[in-house]
Amino acid sequence: MLWSTMLLAFREIRRNVMRSVLTILGIVIGVAAVIIMVTIGGGATVQVKQQIVDMGSNLLMVTPGKRLGPGQSTDSIPFKEADARAIARDVSSVIAVAPVSSQSIKAIFGNQNWSTQVTGTDNQYLQVTNRSIRSGRKFTDNELRSGAAVCIVGGTVINKLFGGQDAIGEKIRLQKLSCEVIGILRGKGQNTMGTDQDDIVIVPLSTYLRRIAGNQDVGVIQISIQDGIATEKVQKDIVRLLRERRHLSLSDDDNFNVMDMKEIAQMLTGTTQMLTALLSAVAAVSLLVGGIGIMNIMLVSVTERTREIGIRLAIGALENEVLMQFLVEAVVLSSFGGLIGIIMALTSSVWLARVLRVPFVFNTSIVFIAFLFSAAVGVIFGYFPALKAARLDPIEALRHE
Amino acid sequence: MNIMAFSQTDKSSLIELQAVMKIYGSGQAAMQALRGIDLRIDEGEFVAVMGPSGSGKSTCMNILGCLDTLTSGSYRFKGIEVNKLIRNQRTKLRRFYLGFVFQGFNLLSRTSALENVELPLIYRGVPAQKRRLQALRALETVGLKGWESHAPNELSGGQQQRVAIARAIVTRPAVLFADEPTGNLDTVRSHEIMNLLIRLNCDQGVTIVMVTHEQEMAAYTQRIIHFLDGRVVSDEPNRRQT
Ligand SMILES: Nc1ncnc2c1ncn2[C@@H]1O[C@H](COP(=O)(O)OP(=O)(O)OP(=O)(O)O)[C@@H](O)[C@H]1O
Ligand SMILES: [Mg+2]
Repeated sequence: MLWSTMLLAFREIRRNVMRSVLTILGIVIGVAAVIIMVTIGGGATVQVKQQIVDMGSNLLMVTPGKRLGPGQSTDSIPFKEADARAIARDVSSVIAVAPVSSQSIKAIFGNQNWSTQVTGTDNQYLQVTNRSIRSGRKFTDNELRSGAAVCIVGGTVINKLFGGQDAIGEKIRLQKLSCEVIGILRGKGQNTMGTDQDDIVIVPLSTYLRRIAGNQDVGVIQISIQDGIATEKVQKDIVRLLRERRHLSLSDDDNFNVMDMKEIAQMLTGTTQMLTALLSAVAAVSLLVGGIGIMNIMLVSVTERTREIGIRLAIGALENEVLMQFLVEAVVLSSFGGLIGIIMALTSSVWLARVLRVPFVFNTSIVFIAFLFSAAVGVIFGYFPALKAARLDPIEALRHE
Repeated sequence: MNIMAFSQTDKSSLIELQAVMKIYGSGQAAMQALRGIDLRIDEGEFVAVMGPSGSGKSTCMNILGCLDTLTSGSYRFKGIEVNKLIRNQRTKLRRFYLGFVFQGFNLLSRTSALENVELPLIYRGVPAQKRRLQALRALETVGLKGWESHAPNELSGGQQQRVAIARAIVTRPAVLFADEPTGNLDTVRSHEIMNLLIRLNCDQGVTIVMVTHEQEMAAYTQRIIHFLDGRVVSDEPNRRQT
């Protein structure tokens, strides 16, 4: 009985192809939107989480200036290299400390040039940022101490200046400084904020301060601490040490800031997830609108087919059977729309994920839920028109023109 | 109440109308279509209902066919008070016991003759193959062999009427109500249909109530009832039965 009712529904849908297509469009778009949102949002979340893992062990970032909000701070007295040394010496549970200064400089090789982030630091920077050398070597202690004209280069710079060729031993020019490439970084891709971490040239801190910046200011101190250690305790120790070194009295506010990068990254994950949820909710509303579209068409269909319903009732169809006929029709319509929506969503998600450079995460449960939901929309919004059909008086219906 | 368990005590009166009134609308627009009908029809009878247009023949047939409800009075079918049945029970009565040929055919448009005839069998739960066979046979009986796949809009009025008859008899109902079944047929076809009805009545014992305007067709029956203004004005056995 159900099968023949389904066949009947298919025939009725085929009879009015154009209208059926327009009817399910709302559902198609709704289902597709929800799935795309969840898939792309899920991909973004996975990406952020991966980047947190990539960031390595617990990372603290010490910046000068008072903290105003996330990423904002007032200008104030910069650090000195000695501050970094003091932290490494006096704070327990610290694995590596890297004093970092950087600025954007045009790097030149032959007739190629490329504006990149030139960073003065030491070998500990690699450890702190969880990076490694793909080919070549790190700085020697001697190079670090003497401020030698050597550099370690990221993949993006290699591509731009050397066309991806091996560049070890070549000399690139940074302003007046001509320095030899001694190492190439293993690629790391974009970070959480979307900046390219391979667009970098690393030189010894002393070289940077003397030959490029012309001062002794250290912009940021990056610190990695042991796993399983309470970050707050280490943060407090660093604050105490730096307050002392910067001669702050008890009434003074901190004029520097110790940030836990993991916290920031986690906040970002939260934001990504919340945005995904919000956009999916908006998309879900279009599913509802699609449902109303189905109800509208089913009501029209019931009115149009009043005579047919009258004939069926007169000939021996029970109320329930007429109800089922129209309900099945609505459900077949809406779940067909759901199916098309799923196919559309998956194909466009694969494409979108590539364009947006987030991993494509196939979420089985959302596909399943979206399908069930579209079928449910058919039941809910098809029920009222179907009931209207079933409740028709056969004699009245037969007299209907 | 179980529809299937009919009381067999009062075999003689299959249909019993008592003071049946039917009023359409209400207030000023009220239209009294039936003004007190008393009628008994026994099992196996073949009855013709005649009367001028608007005299309430179709209204009465709809009530007899359990399609419409009466305003007052009583209608007993096989001893059951039809007026007290709920809708689904009346539907089941129609489904299993009654056949109906509507005055306006009432075929499903855009649906083949075969499928139209199969329709009542679907609701009886007859399996597909058997259904098809029975429907083909019914169409053959009314002389529409070869027209099975035609939709009503591809058939003449007479052919449509015969599809409607085939649909009514395909279930071999206990009672057949036919509202002007020969209204659109030529004389030859009309006589064929009448012979068919006679056969159903004699061979299979189907009780038949038929509305007709034509004396010639009424002549086939055993009993002729005349309607006028919502009343039965004469109810006599047919003496000139052929
Ligand atoms: N649904 C309805 N609403 C209002 N009035 C109705 C309705 N059905 C029938 N009538 C009225 O009831 C009266 C009887 O109608 P009915 O159809 O029973 O006549 P009839 O004897 O079958 O006529 P005909 O020979 O033309 O078919 C008519 O006056 C008609 O206008
Ligand atoms: Mg009539």
